[in-house]
Amino acid sequence: MTDLDDTDFAILRLLAQDAGQGAGAIGRACGLSQPAAWRRIKRLRDAGVIRGQRLVLDAEKLGFGVTVFLGVKLATKGRVSLDDFERAVSAIPEVQTVEHVLGLYDYRLRVVARDLPDFERVLRRRIMTLPGAGEVEANVLLSEERRPGPLGSISELLAVPPR
Amino acid sequence: MLDDVDRRILRQWQADPSLAPAELAERARVSPGQLARRQAKLRDAGLVKGVQAAIDWAALGYAVEVSLRVTLDKTQGRAFDDFIEAAREVPEVIEIQTFLGRVDVRLSVIARDMSHYQHLYRSCILTLPHIADIEALMHVARIKSDEALPL
Repeated sequence: MTDLDDTDFAILRLLAQDAGQGAGAIGRACGLSQPAAWRRIKRLRDAGVIRGQRLVLDAEKLGFGVTVFLGVKLATKGRVSLDDFERAVSAIPEVQTVEHVLGLYDYRLRVVARDLPDFERVLRRRIMTLPGAGEVEANVLLSEERRPGPLGSISELLAVPPR
Repeated sequence: MLDDVDRRILRQWQADPSLAPAELAERARVSPGQLARRQAKLRDAGLVKGVQAAIDWAALGYAVEVSLRVTLDKTQGRAFDDFIEAAREVPEVIEIQTFLGRVDVRLSVIARDMSHYQHLYRSCILTLPHIADIEALMHVARIKSDEALPL
C-alpha cells in the first residue's frame, strides 16, 4: 500500500505514539470528521500497514534489568533443520524476538533477564542447548531509542516557512 | 511490588493490547471496575508506558531492513553523542541502540529496495561521524516479534 497521502501519514504518526486514541481524537488532530478518521484508520488496518498494537512496558521497573542481543550461528548447517531451531528458540519465554538474518550470524535474538546471573542461566540452560546452536555473540543493551521512521516528511517540508 | 492480579492483567494485556476492557477483565479474571483501577495504578507507577500502533514497514513499501552494527572511534570524546545525534536526522533509521560488547551502536535501517538502500548507505550512513567500522546483517524473516516480557 503506497498510495497514502499526508493525512494518512499524520494518522500513523499519532497512532504510533498512542494507539489508545479514538477516531474522534485522531480526527480532531488531523482536521477530519470522526467517521472520516475511522474510515482511514480501518483502511490502514485492513491493508496491514497497522500490524497491531504493542503494550509498552518499563522492563526495568518490572524487574527485568538486563536485555542482551545474541548473534547465533548454527553449528551444522544443512544437517539441523531451521524449523526445529526456530520452534525451540521461539518457545523460550525470555527470548522476546527472533530474527533470521543474513551475514555474520544466522539468527539475532533479543533476550530479557532479571539480572546477569539470571541471563547466564538462560544462556547456559536454554540457548546453548538449542538444536544446532553454534557460536554465540552477546551484546548487552545500554540504551534504546525507537524513531518514528519515514512517515510523511512531505507535510513537514511544507510546514517550513519559505525563506 | 506486583501481585498475582497485576501479573494476570499484564500477561493478558500484553498478549492482546487491542482487547476491549470487558473482554480483558474476563480473561484476567477480575471485575471491570477492578481492572480499571489496576490499569490506572500500573500507568501511574510508570510500569505501563502506553499502547502504540505497530507499523508494518513492508506493507508501506519498505521491503529491505538492514541491521548495521557500528564500531565507533572512541578516541573522540563525543563519538557516541555526535553519532547518535546525526543518526536521528536520517528518517529511514527506525531504531538506535547502544551496547556493551563487541558492537558500540546498532542502527535499524529500512529502504524501499536494494538500490534505495545503496543510496541511503552511501549518502546518509557512511557520512555519519566517528565511524571506525560497520558490519551489516540483512533481515530475512521475523520469526518472533511480540516482545512480551515473561511476567
